[in-house]
Amino acid sequence: MSVPGSAPVPPPGGETPGDRVVLDAEDISRALTRMAHQILEANRGADGLVLAGIPSRGVPLAHRLAAAIAAAEPGSGAGSVPTGALDVTMYRDDLRSQPTRAVGPTRLPVSVDGAVVVLVDDVLFSGRTVRAALDALGDLGRPRAVRLAVLVDRGHRQLPIRADHVGKNLPTAADERVLVRLAETDGVNEVRIVRPGGAPTRREV
Amino acid sequence: MGETTTDLLITGATRVGGLADEGGDLLVRDGVLLDPAEAGRDGSRELVRIDADGLLAVPGLVDLHCHLREPGREDAETVATGAAAAARGGFTAVLAMANTVPVTDTAEAARHVRALGEQAGLGAVVPIGAVSKGLDGQELAELGLMARTGVRVFSDDGHCVSDARLMRRALEYVRAFDGVIAQHAQDPRLAGPDACCHEGEVSGRLGLAGWPAAAESTIIARDVQLAALTRSRLHVCHVSTAESVEVLRWAKQRYPQADITAEVTPHHLLLTTDLLAGYDPTFKVNPPLRPAEDVEAVRAALADGTIDAVATDHAPHARHDKEHAFADAAFGMVGLETALGVVVETMVRTGLADWERVVEATSTTPARIARLTDQGRRLAVGAPATLTLVDPTARAVVDAADTRSLSRNNPWHGRELPDPVVATVAAGRLTYRR
Amino acid sequence: MRHLLSAADVDAATANRIFDLAEEMADVQNRPVKKLPALRGRTVVNLFFEDSTRTRSSFEIAGKWLSADVINISAKGSSVSKGESLRDTVQTVAAMGVDAMVIRHAASGAPWQAAQWTRAQIVNAGDGTHEHPTQALLDAFTLRRHFRAAANGGSTGTDPFAGRTVAVVGDITHSRVARSNVLLLTTLGVRVVLVAPPTLLPSGVETWGCEVTGNFDAAIAEADAVMMLRVQRERMSGGYFPTPREYTVGYGLTRDRVAALRPGTAICHPGPMNRGLEISADAADAANSLVLDQVAAGVAVRMSVLYQLLGGDDAWVSQGGQG
Repeated sequence: MSVPGSAPVPPPGGETPGDRVVLDAEDISRALTRMAHQILEANRGADGLVLAGIPSRGVPLAHRLAAAIAAAEPGSGAGSVPTGALDVTMYRDDLRSQPTRAVGPTRLPVSVDGAVVVLVDDVLFSGRTVRAALDALGDLGRPRAVRLAVLVDRGHRQLPIRADHVGKNLPTAADERVLVRLAETDGVNEVRIVRPGGAPTRREV
Repeated sequence: MGETTTDLLITGATRVGGLADEGGDLLVRDGVLLDPAEAGRDGSRELVRIDADGLLAVPGLVDLHCHLREPGREDAETVATGAAAAARGGFTAVLAMANTVPVTDTAEAARHVRALGEQAGLGAVVPIGAVSKGLDGQELAELGLMARTGVRVFSDDGHCVSDARLMRRALEYVRAFDGVIAQHAQDPRLAGPDACCHEGEVSGRLGLAGWPAAAESTIIARDVQLAALTRSRLHVCHVSTAESVEVLRWAKQRYPQADITAEVTPHHLLLTTDLLAGYDPTFKVNPPLRPAEDVEAVRAALADGTIDAVATDHAPHARHDKEHAFADAAFGMVGLETALGVVVETMVRTGLADWERVVEATSTTPARIARLTDQGRRLAVGAPATLTLVDPTARAVVDAADTRSLSRNNPWHGRELPDPVVATVAAGRLTYRR
Repeated sequence: MRHLLSAADVDAATANRIFDLAEEMADVQNRPVKKLPALRGRTVVNLFFEDSTRTRSSFEIAGKWLSADVINISAKGSSVSKGESLRDTVQTVAAMGVDAMVIRHAASGAPWQAAQWTRAQIVNAGDGTHEHPTQALLDAFTLRRHFRAAANGGSTGTDPFAGRTVAVVGDITHSRVARSNVLLLTTLGVRVVLVAPPTLLPSGVETWGCEVTGNFDAAIAEADAVMMLRVQRERMSGGYFPTPREYTVGYGLTRDRVAALRPGTAICHPGPMNRGLEISADAADAANSLVLDQVAAGVAVRMSVLYQLLGGDDAWVSQGGQG
C-alpha cells in the first residue's frame, strides 16, 4: 500500500536553466498581507469568517492569512478567525488516474453552517481542486458564502472557477510548473516557475 | 497372451536385474523372451525392431498402490485410462485400491476390476480387496472369497484399520491363503478426517489441522507386533516419517521371521510441507507432505531396504473435487507417469541407489509382495516378456495436461524431472512407446 | 498492496498510514453527511461462506460510506455439498465485474486461493483458523488511541507502541484473531505474550517471535493490554481442557485479575464474549475495557483499508503497488 508523498523538489536557493524564482519570502508575505486586507474589506470585518486551507500548502497559508488578518485589525476579535484544514483528496475527479493518494486531515474548529468560508490554496490552475473542495465543503454543512483565496493564479482554467483574492497573477505556459514552497512544509519561502525538462515537481491540478 | 504373428526384437539394451553381462538383445514372441538368435528364422513372422542402444531393459514396473476410481468415479479415472497412464509410466502391473464405489469388498467386485483391466489390455490390473466391509473398520470383508479370485493384497486404504482386534483377525485370517494386509497407518484419534497438514511449524502458521507424525508411527509400532504375534504378512503403505522408518528398522531386526514390508511414494521422496504455503490443494495428500528431515529419512530407508518398495498412491481427482478450499479439497495426487522419474531423481542421481536397487524397489519386490509370479522376473530367456526400456539420462518438464490419466492434479507440473520410460512391454505386448 | 490477505502484508509504515486515515474516517462518522465519494463506481462484494453479521455489516457500511456499490453474497453451504467448487463460486462472482471481494471462509487459506483465480482485489475477512487481518488492524488502532491517550494526553509525537506489552489470552490454536494480532503487533514493535493452556497452543508457536506462558497472573503484572479470545463452544467438549470452570480459574479475566491489572491496562475482546467464561462481567464493563471502542473502530479501519486498496488506479494496482 505504498502511497507516494510529494515528489522530490530541487534544493532551495539555486537557479538552474529553465527554473526561476518569481516570488521570494518578502513578496509572499506582502501578498498575504494585501489579501488579508481584501478579505476583511469584502467581508466588512472578520465576523463569520472561517479559513479553510487545502492540504498540504493551503493549510499553512490559511494560518498565515489568519495571522495577517489579526494584524490588520488588532483588537477587533480578528485574532481568532477560525482556521483549519479541508482535505479534498477523496473528492478529486482523478483518483483513478494514479496510485492511491495519501489523504490529509480535515479539521475545522467551528461548523461551517452559515459561515463565510474562505478556501485557501497555493496555486490556482485547472480549478479542479477547488471544484473538489466545494463538494467536500458541501458535505460538512451549508456555508452562507464560499470565497477563494490563492497565492498564485497561473491561469489555464478548465472549469468555470475564479479566485476572489489572488496574491499574484502569474502568466505561465501550460507545460510549465509552478512550485510553491513554504517554510512550514519545505523549509523555505519562495515561488518558482519550472520549465519543461526542469526539475520534477509535485503534480499540480 | 495368445498366439501372435509378430516378433519384437529389442537390440542394444543393457539388462538390469543381475543380467547385465547377458548381452543386450531381446526377442519377444508370444509373450515370452526367446533367444535373440531366433529372430527372423521363421519367415512367416513379421519382425518389429526397437533400437535400444544406450537404454536399460528392466523388468516391468509393478505398482502396489494406485486408485483407478472405477467403478464409481469414472469422471476422474477409469481402469483403462489408469492402465494407459501406468503403461506410460513403465508399469506392467498395477494394484487397484479397494476404495471405489462400490468398494471392492466382494469376489464379484474384484472380478469386475480384473475384467476391466483385461479389456483394457495395457498390463495387469490386479484388484486389492477391502479388509473390512465397506471400509468401515467394523467387520471383515469376504477375504477368502476374494482370495479365490486371486486377490492377495487386502487394504482399507484411505482408512486405517485402527481397531487392534480387527487388525489382528485380518492378519490371522489371510495367512490361510498367503495374503497380506496393506495398512494405511493413521491413528484416527490423533489424525482425524480434518487433518490435512503435517503437524509442525507450517500447520500452526497456516492454521491447518495438524497430522502428527506420531499418528503414523504408533500404528506401525502396533501392527508390526501384531504381525509377529499372528505370524502373518504386513505391508505398510506410504511410509512418510522418520519415526516410522525407525520403527520399521527396529521391527525388521526384532522379528526376523516376520514378513513385514513397507512402501514409500515418489512424492514423499521429494516434496515437502512448505509447498502448502500457498494453499494449493494439488499438494494436499494423505499422509501429508512432510518436512525435509523426513524426506531424507525415507530416502535413506529406501536405499538400505528398510523400506522395500516404491508405490505411487496415484490418486486422480476431478477438478471440481480439488478446487475447493484446502480443508475441503480431496486428498491425493496423480503419480503413475512420473514415478520412475522421481525415483531416478531422488535415488539414482543422488547416489543413494543404483539401478539394481531401483529394479528391486519398483518391480521385483512389489511383485513378490503381491505374489504376482509373472511380474518382476529377470529378463532371461524363457521368462515372461514383461519389461520396460528406460533412458537413464533423459529429462523433461512435466506438463499436467500431457497425460493419459483423466485427471490433472499433478504436483510435478512445471518441474523438470528425469523422463526415463521409452517403451513398456507387458506380457509380450507393446503397451507404450515414446 | 494488491490484496489484504494477511496481517503480514502490512508493514509498520503502512499500518500507521491506515490508522491515520482511520482517524479521519472516524471523524467522518460524526458529520451530517457520512458519505465520501472516493470509491464511486467501484463494486465490492462481501462473499461470506460463513455467517458473520458483525464483520459483514462493518465492511458493508465501510464500503457504502466510501460510495462503493456493496453487494452481500452469502455463499454458506454453496460449495462442497452442492458440488460447486470454491473456484466456480469465486469466478462466477468475479465475472459480474467486481473490483474487490471481501471473503470470509471457514477454511484456512480460501482468500489466498481466490486471489489466484481472479483479477479482483481480495480482502481477507477471516479464514478458518488462520487470519483476520482487519480485526488485528482495528485492535491495534484501538490500542494506539488508548496508548496515546495514556502516554501524553493524546500527543502523536512518540511511538505509542514502543515498549508496550500485550497479553493475548485463550485458544491460540484455533484463533485467526491471535495469528493476525501476533503478526501485526510484533511488526509494530509490541512485545506479545501468549497465555494459553498447552492444549490450545499451536505447534511451532515458538517461532512466532512472541513469548508464551501458562501463567496468566504473571503476564498480567507486565501487560499494558490484555486481549481475551473467545472460547468456541465446540472446544469446550473437545478435550482441550477439563471443564469451563477450570478454564476460567486458569485463563479467565476474572474479577480478581481485573483488580490485579496495572492502572491503565486496556482490556480487549474481539467479541462475541462468553461472559463468565473467558471474561467476567466486571472485566467486560470495566472503565478500561475497550470492547466497544473496538467495535466502533471497525468501520473506520475498514474504510481506511478499502480506500488504500481501491482508491487508486487499476493499472498501478495490478502492477503490485509500485508507486
